[in-house]
Amino acid sequence: MHFGPHLLLAALEGLVTSAVLALTALGLSLVFGVMRVVNVAHGEFFMLGAVLAWAITTAIGGHPALGFLAALVISPLIVGGIALVAERLVLRRLDYNPEATIVATIGMLYIIQQLALTFYGPEARPVEPPFTYRILLPWFGYSGYKLSVIATSALLLVATWLVLTRTRIGLVMRATQYDSETAQAFGIPVDRVYGGVFALGAVLAAIAAVLIVPISQAHYLMGQDPLLLSFIVVIIGGLGSLRGTIVAALLIGMSDGIISMFFSPTLAKIIATLLVAMVLVFRPQGLFGTAAR
Amino acid sequence: MSEASPVKAYALHAGVIAFLFVLSFVLPAYYHGLLARILVLAVFAMGYNMLFGYVGLLSLGHAMFFSVGLYGAGLAVIHLGWSVPLAFLGGIACGAALAVVIGLLALRTTGVAFMIVTMMFAQVFYLVILYFASWTGGDQGMVVPQPARVLTFGATSLDLTDPTVRYMTALVLFSVVLLITLAIVRSRYGRVLVAIRENEERTRMLGYNTFSNKLAAIVVSGAICAASGAAYALLFGYVGSSFASVQYSILPLLWVLLGGAATTLGPLIGTLFMYYVTDVTSAYTSAYLLIVGIALIALVLFFPKGILGSLRQRWLGWLP
Amino acid sequence: MTDKNGFFDLSTTGLTRRTALKGLAAGAGLAVAPGFVRYAQAQSSAPIKIGFQSHRTGIGAAYGRWYEKTTAAAVKAINAAGGINGRQVEVIIEDDGTDPGRGAEMVGKFATQHKTDIVFGTLFSHVVIGSAPAAGENKMPYFVVSEGHHVASTKLNRYVFQPGITDVKSQIQSMAPWIAGNVGKKVTMIYPDFAFGYDHRDYLPPALKAQGADVIAQIAIPPTESSFTKYFPQIPAETEVIYHVMVGPAVLTFVKELGEFYGSNRPQLFGFIDSLEATDINSPGLEFLDGSHFWEGSPRYAQPDDSDAQKAYRAAVGIDDNGAAVGDAKDVSTAAHMFGCWETLYVVKKAMEDAGYKGPEDRAKLVEATEALTAFAEGPEHPQGPKTFNGKIHQCFGIQNISKVEGGKLKVVHKTKIEDGLYEAEGDYTTQAL
Repeated sequence: MHFGPHLLLAALEGLVTSAVLALTALGLSLVFGVMRVVNVAHGEFFMLGAVLAWAITTAIGGHPALGFLAALVISPLIVGGIALVAERLVLRRLDYNPEATIVATIGMLYIIQQLALTFYGPEARPVEPPFTYRILLPWFGYSGYKLSVIATSALLLVATWLVLTRTRIGLVMRATQYDSETAQAFGIPVDRVYGGVFALGAVLAAIAAVLIVPISQAHYLMGQDPLLLSFIVVIIGGLGSLRGTIVAALLIGMSDGIISMFFSPTLAKIIATLLVAMVLVFRPQGLFGTAAR
Repeated sequence: MSEASPVKAYALHAGVIAFLFVLSFVLPAYYHGLLARILVLAVFAMGYNMLFGYVGLLSLGHAMFFSVGLYGAGLAVIHLGWSVPLAFLGGIACGAALAVVIGLLALRTTGVAFMIVTMMFAQVFYLVILYFASWTGGDQGMVVPQPARVLTFGATSLDLTDPTVRYMTALVLFSVVLLITLAIVRSRYGRVLVAIRENEERTRMLGYNTFSNKLAAIVVSGAICAASGAAYALLFGYVGSSFASVQYSILPLLWVLLGGAATTLGPLIGTLFMYYVTDVTSAYTSAYLLIVGIALIALVLFFPKGILGSLRQRWLGWLP
Repeated sequence: MTDKNGFFDLSTTGLTRRTALKGLAAGAGLAVAPGFVRYAQAQSSAPIKIGFQSHRTGIGAAYGRWYEKTTAAAVKAINAAGGINGRQVEVIIEDDGTDPGRGAEMVGKFATQHKTDIVFGTLFSHVVIGSAPAAGENKMPYFVVSEGHHVASTKLNRYVFQPGITDVKSQIQSMAPWIAGNVGKKVTMIYPDFAFGYDHRDYLPPALKAQGADVIAQIAIPPTESSFTKYFPQIPAETEVIYHVMVGPAVLTFVKELGEFYGSNRPQLFGFIDSLEATDINSPGLEFLDGSHFWEGSPRYAQPDDSDAQKAYRAAVGIDDNGAAVGDAKDVSTAAHMFGCWETLYVVKKAMEDAGYKGPEDRAKLVEATEALTAFAEGPEHPQGPKTFNGKIHQCFGIQNISKVEGGKLKVVHKTKIEDGLYEAEGDYTTQAL
């Protein structure tokens, strides 16, 4: 294939990766930024979202769009509920101690993974996309659903941004992130904010998973890669910066696709990973972060 | 970290080593073999604790130090036909060299950025192993041939595949590293490291070069982890990329946090605990990960500073 | 849950439909039974203990479950027919987490704690290679069902055997003539960038060359990849055949994206069913595979010319005509590989009987008796087909199936000959000390 179409394809693929990554990473970024909790189980919330999407679409049947839309609403709500319970039962009682929460979320990771294996099974299971429209370009065909994933993610990101910047909820969250003690003193129920933020983070991961699951199937080990990539995105973007998170997701999603045009795939991954690591080495606060407090 | 009772501390460590020595003669075969493995991996945890516990640098990439020792020693035997002691030292040297490079780059960052940078370097290392599969065996790994795994001293030779020899070799390595750790912790240098952990700015203002102290700590930590990896390759005869994966970066963190960060014996206790819980629960249910997960959460709820850390906090203030 | 004491009821003999269903129940019970399985028996002689290193968790879990079912069915049949040397067979299962380090620990556990007679059943190559040293050190006969070339490469040790499933080098070699003769001569390979893929990368081009065909491009995909479209532009336009051997949970994605990329105007496809083991061939997105060809070790779908042995085997394991679990059409088996568990256990039985095996002190005799085997005839003990066995490299060689996807089923269109897959031995285990 010629260079131009190849680049276009790589860019489209990169955009899909970036879109889903941005949503997942945003969830992690909120938890990380507001609560200072390194949530190792974030990838498992992602996995749960996908697995529940499979369960819901299978239970509903009928036209695939029907099941998919139901999954898009119900699955994140369930995952958010589970996260809230976990936060109340465990993280709050640990007083959000950074080290203790790492161990606790590793524990959650094991528990969620094992429950998924026991009740869902080890197979990769597909979810039908709500519509199957193949866009025919002169050089290759492309999935219409993938383009809709990009659009949906963009919409959700804008919505989240509006909530964070234009509403009272957002203000409360930002205040808590900036200085939780002062926020407490000003009458903000920090404790409830933390619970809400943890649930919201899981909801975002689950939404991303429901969007991606018609493209790549639900599998009980699918949480690891999104977790690692999200961590990278959050740190590269700069802690607590929504703009940074999105730019970093684009950077990582696109570089992965485009570098793979020029090098053998594994070498491409090595180079891409090294490049991103170097960005961080020479700009430790991330692209849009302010120096660490 | 109290000054009060150096004698008590040394007696405790000598006692632990003596106890492990005696165990070799009383344990049933299976636990004997398992404990040999745990001792080697506890060295990995001790290397991790050096950096995480005492300097407060949380790395998510220590699998690369373990596996650089693993491959350094293993491949030297497989491809170059080196003898066991030479390959072991070679593995440690690889670990120290890698730690210098990683330290120089990663120490430009702190906190979470340090976590992520080390994780990414470890990922690069993992991919490099896969990329050079014709040398490393890629994801399948390679077997270190049994005839090569022999320690020769003049006329006598020790077969590292013999259970007793293996246990004793692992114990020697563990004891040496334990005593080195204890010595470092009680030394002036160890106090500087803790000072950096508690307040880096103030330590710097007191005239210490915090960068070079931290770099030295990374090199010591990397070398200890590499020693563990090298011993693993030579004692158990297998090198493979799964030891370089993220999972093996998280494990030492887990062991150290469980046993108690910044305690000399914590890494051993944590590793033992994890192995014991997995072993016991897997006999009763195939869903043993569930039990392990619940145990972790319970432990962190009731012993937030790890097993030894909580003991020290409540009763045994003199524990090193 | 099933009554555990009923698992191996000795009063039922022969493989009837009824026992087959009970076998299924036993399989299901096995999957949830805690750690190991015991069963009641009134015999005075102690049972022969087989340590089963199973992938219950980790990336291999989909295979592990079916390996357990097949093993349970074979052990039930062996016990019903009087066991081995008049002794019943007991299977003890340990989960290796599909991890080589833990695999080695489990071999040690079988040897020193459970004190099993042999260890058996490992599939994933890195676990086999990681566990092999422990097997050699414990002088523990280790029968794997992995299809990797590791055993036959003679890089492991004298205690490791693969007598139940043909290795991948032989499989590839026997595919080449048919591909070159029937599908196309310009081949592009897409394979995972790790050891499983390298066997294909290294062995297919020379085999095709010998048939006057060429590999015109090789595309290696990194193991961490979950999306593949960006690699498809590297497929040369003149490609006549895409040879694909992807494995792991992302395989469905691979096929779907290939479908989106090419539409109906695609090159011929030839793949290894490894990609779609435990996956329904009629899953959404896989319509694209219609008319393409697959290697199968043992056919997933019942074929019109199935032997009685094949039919009895399928009934005993509890799979229906579509290769799914009886009673759950969505639970698709790993038919192309799991027959190896069944056949390996019968090889163990034969070797133990030849050796007059009494207990762990006879393990060396068992190794020699296994090495002395040369061929296995097709029949109830070897339902997949006849095999030859090379005792020097501890590897068996059997026939392979090439199946076409037609109307949502896999139909066998060609069976290879054993000779198609033979190659020069790369070494000789029998020269190693026991």
